[in-house]
Amino acid sequence: MDLELSDEQKLIVDTVRKFVRNEIVPLEADLDPDGSELDPADHDRLVAQVKQMGFYGLDIPVAYGGPDVDIVTRTLMAIEMAQHRAGLYTPCYGVFGGAGLAQLFEANEDQKQRYLYPTLRGEKHGFFGLTEPSGGSDPARAIKTSAVKDGDDWVINGGKIFISGADKADYGIVFARTDSSKGREGITCFLVDADAPGFHVRRVVHTLRSTSYATELQFDNLRVSAANVLGEVNRGFGIANDQLSRQRIPYAAGCIGVAVKAQEMAISYANQRETFGDILASRQAIQWMIVDNEIDIRTSTWLTVAAAHKANRNESFRTEAAMAKLVASEAGGRVVDRAMQIHGGYGMTKDLPLERWYREIRIRRVGEGPSEVQRLIMARDLLGGSFH
Amino acid sequence: MKLHLEKPWLEFSAERVARLPGQMGVFQLADDAGRVVYIGFAGGKSLFGLRSELEKRLGSAPQFRYEVNNQYQTRWRELLMLHVGAHGAVPEMNGHEAVPKLGRLG
Repeated sequence: MDLELSDEQKLIVDTVRKFVRNEIVPLEADLDPDGSELDPADHDRLVAQVKQMGFYGLDIPVAYGGPDVDIVTRTLMAIEMAQHRAGLYTPCYGVFGGAGLAQLFEANEDQKQRYLYPTLRGEKHGFFGLTEPSGGSDPARAIKTSAVKDGDDWVINGGKIFISGADKADYGIVFARTDSSKGREGITCFLVDADAPGFHVRRVVHTLRSTSYATELQFDNLRVSAANVLGEVNRGFGIANDQLSRQRIPYAAGCIGVAVKAQEMAISYANQRETFGDILASRQAIQWMIVDNEIDIRTSTWLTVAAAHKANRNESFRTEAAMAKLVASEAGGRVVDRAMQIHGGYGMTKDLPLERWYREIRIRRVGEGPSEVQRLIMARDLLGGSFH
Repeated sequence: MKLHLEKPWLEFSAERVARLPGQMGVFQLADDAGRVVYIGFAGGKSLFGLRSELEKRLGSAPQFRYEVNNQYQTRWRELLMLHVGAHGAVPEMNGHEAVPKLGRLG
């Protein structure tokens, strides 16, 4: 496979790199080290700049007004966009815009009018409600939240956990069990209004990611109109699953971005810090860490870009996406860890972004499916089994 | 960790503040009746953590309490959200500063 960048891709990568280094990084000097929001004036100014560059709304399909960026180029951009302190979870502080919830592009026209278009205009915000206290790695079987038909409505009871943004959302995509006799064939996807009676945000869930929290939700006889079923009844898991593989590619790319920046910092520090009369870079112990970092970064990058190429060719990419996510999240953690070791005491401080990346990248081995589940996905594909 | 900050109020004096830890965390200021008038945090940019953030506000309220917490950003938002949930608005002195968009609990 030819992983050489085209001239256009090189230009785009260079543009995004300069944007991050010239516009984003300098602003972070004045922000709280755990901050995740820019000053509104800076945010608006940078959004205007990104629109001028033609990159706003990166993940919005062309048919809905998004820029025509293929997934390979999108992946390369994601690697660049993560290369700053908040970059792993808030790449460029969101100034490139978002598509909202990708599942909404599968909605019918009435639902698009009520949820998708207002979301694209920035008037509404949604959340994705899949994981439950009973488990997140096997949602099709773990989902206990039930939806029971009552006249023209469905009545939802149950709860969700580790849900981002639900406390600020106007609506959410909620997966509930509509047939208890079936596994993944008994799940339905609902569009739920956050101001409906019976919708409760029970608590904030604090995590390693100290800049942002998750929430725990409870549904008490929450009534949802049949018009708010997304897709078909009992076919909801497919809606979730289709997007999960695709999302693993930019997820991996973010880990690579942080690793690239950590390695850049480690090399720079190793070349200037002196111990026992010579620079750190002259020590074999440090050289090997730098080399191991590079191997981790290049391996992750090749796998991730290869997965993006397969997705771009509309070929099956489930194994490749799982492999990219697994390798990039684990390798990224190792790179950040080594970079901290090279920086010594400074690596542990909030003066540098390494400690934030160290905490946040640990979550990446669990988020979007833990490493063990990625291995399970690959094993199923490789062995061709229908085992559990 | 309890949802609400329920520690007893302390006298907000220079002597008390001087003995505070230099760690990161959250704090509340209150009037004589124990009504919360400000919720703040000491983050990674606070020179001496809670001590320096509270020193800056000496004289602005008679009582305070604090919690050492590395998750100061999310804990701060949580305390503000709880306050808004109970009182309908952020504490009086927070109203004079930029406050992030808050979610709702309940």
